[in-house]
Amino acid sequence: MADMIRAEGLVKHYKDVVALAGLDLSVPEGTVLALLGPNGAGKTTAVRCLATLLVPDGGSATVAGVDVVADPRGVRRRIGLSGQYAAVDEYLTGYENLTMVGRLYGMPKKRSQERARELLDRFDLVDAGDRPSKTYSGGMRRRLDLAGALVAAPPVLILDEPTTGLDVRARQQMWEVIRELVGSGTTLLLTTQYLEEADRLADDIVVIDQGRAIARGTADELKAQTGGERVEVVVAQAGDVETVRRLLGVHALGDVQVDDRSVGAAVRDGTAALRRLLDDLDTEGVRVLDVGLRRPTLDDVFLSLTGHDADTTTTGDDAEVPA
Amino acid sequence: MSSTTQALTDGWVVAQRNLVKIKRVPEVLVFVLISPIMFVLLFAYVFGGAISPPGAVGYKEFLIAGIFAQTVVFGATFTGAGLAEDMQKGIIDRFRSLPMSRTAVLVGRTTSDVVYNVLSLLFMALTGLVVGWRIRGSAGDALLAFLLLLLFAYSVSWIMAWVGLLVPSPDVVNNASFVVIFPLTFVSNAFVPAESFDGVLRTFVLYNPVSTITQASRELFGNTGGQPAPDAWSMQHPVVYTLAWVVLILAVFVPLSVRQFKAASSR
Repeated sequence: MADMIRAEGLVKHYKDVVALAGLDLSVPEGTVLALLGPNGAGKTTAVRCLATLLVPDGGSATVAGVDVVADPRGVRRRIGLSGQYAAVDEYLTGYENLTMVGRLYGMPKKRSQERARELLDRFDLVDAGDRPSKTYSGGMRRRLDLAGALVAAPPVLILDEPTTGLDVRARQQMWEVIRELVGSGTTLLLTTQYLEEADRLADDIVVIDQGRAIARGTADELKAQTGGERVEVVVAQAGDVETVRRLLGVHALGDVQVDDRSVGAAVRDGTAALRRLLDDLDTEGVRVLDVGLRRPTLDDVFLSLTGHDADTTTTGDDAEVPA
Repeated sequence: MSSTTQALTDGWVVAQRNLVKIKRVPEVLVFVLISPIMFVLLFAYVFGGAISPPGAVGYKEFLIAGIFAQTVVFGATFTGAGLAEDMQKGIIDRFRSLPMSRTAVLVGRTTSDVVYNVLSLLFMALTGLVVGWRIRGSAGDALLAFLLLLLFAYSVSWIMAWVGLLVPSPDVVNNASFVVIFPLTFVSNAFVPAESFDGVLRTFVLYNPVSTITQASRELFGNTGGQPAPDAWSMQHPVVYTLAWVVLILAVFVPLSVRQFKAASSR
């Protein structure tokens, strides 16, 4: 299967800040790659280089076989981009936004109008289609923006944090829409800060930090690397913390972490470990306030991959990056 | 499709988008139209009594061509502010990710501002007629005067387009433009006769394109009252001299703006 998106050693600096420090990516045709990382990891810079909004300082990239530096317009003909900040004109109605985009893709007026109606219908915006997009909710605006990216039915779709800032319902609607698209064979690159989102939508995940890929694999592979699921226990009495630490230690893959009266550790088979731990705690007579099985979050993935928290990451060339 | 054709067709799509804003935010138009009307009334009634132009013509008749020139030059500020606003908004990312002409955003903005200028000239002319201004030349000449004003305004739009792309926000465009546009329009024959300036200032007035577009309009509207043009080549041939400026400004500022647009949009 040919790679629809391919980047080799992409480098981009902003003055002395390194946004991309040699990023490699490949997205085979018809698959979904999620670029997962915290704010400032270089996700948006990578997307902007691939979408020809930025010229990289080093490395090379092709989209649908077209070089992003040598033939940016050729790339633009083959991609649809939907950004973190909805790129819609707020004074224009949804319909006008979409017909404008169609005509700028070079469609005849009539075709652009038909396409606009089709997309409004598909994105559940028919009722709002003739209202200025200024009046739209965040979720509607984002759907309109995504519709804008699809006007020319491009073979490659690039979505930069498509659900950041959306509420739960709008996020789920967005996921549904994206899954449908992928089902119809579009190649998709999406960036996200949420492991869950990457998990639901992507075939492959590249974890990015400090402008380079620090891990890649399927969601399951990454979670396994991270140490899989975690068991967390909160006890009523501080005196029981040591007992819990000992009992949980039996199942733990690595160290057991203690924070005040909360004890947690990564475990292999979460459900089985939890059941046995609860039995043991019962036998020992430990009063438990709260107990839970937690799937790894981006924070856990980050902590295990980089040794630093996701939200303390800064883009820069001075931080350590494990091999 | 050649790149010029694409710039024009895409530019027209962008211009239509800009014009939709008039429909959606009519307040914008109200101010575009009210301020020139206010200028006509203010100058006509405040300075009208104090300044008496040479030749057999009243101040109001002398003034209107000057107000036209001043207003269309000021109108260029809209171009700069509009572009600066576009550059701040998300929509610019959409434009930049489309296989459209890279100059369409500039062509579209300067084109839609011609429509603003047509409207403001129309309203000023009507106000002028109400306060006593008359077109004394032929209809063809008057039309030519309006076309020349629009053409000159179009070229100044490209100067302000460049400014709009240089500055970080639309507010700065307004402030920056005052610094340039006030001296240009006031140190000219737009509001007072060129004869009232001395020395260096007089030389500046005689070769200032705002003066020559004013002189050209006065002559074409038949508002000179038989007063001969000042003795300078620019004022003797105001149409040709103004057109030369239009060509010069476009030759310099179209490439400058395009380059600045590309630079600003690949950061």
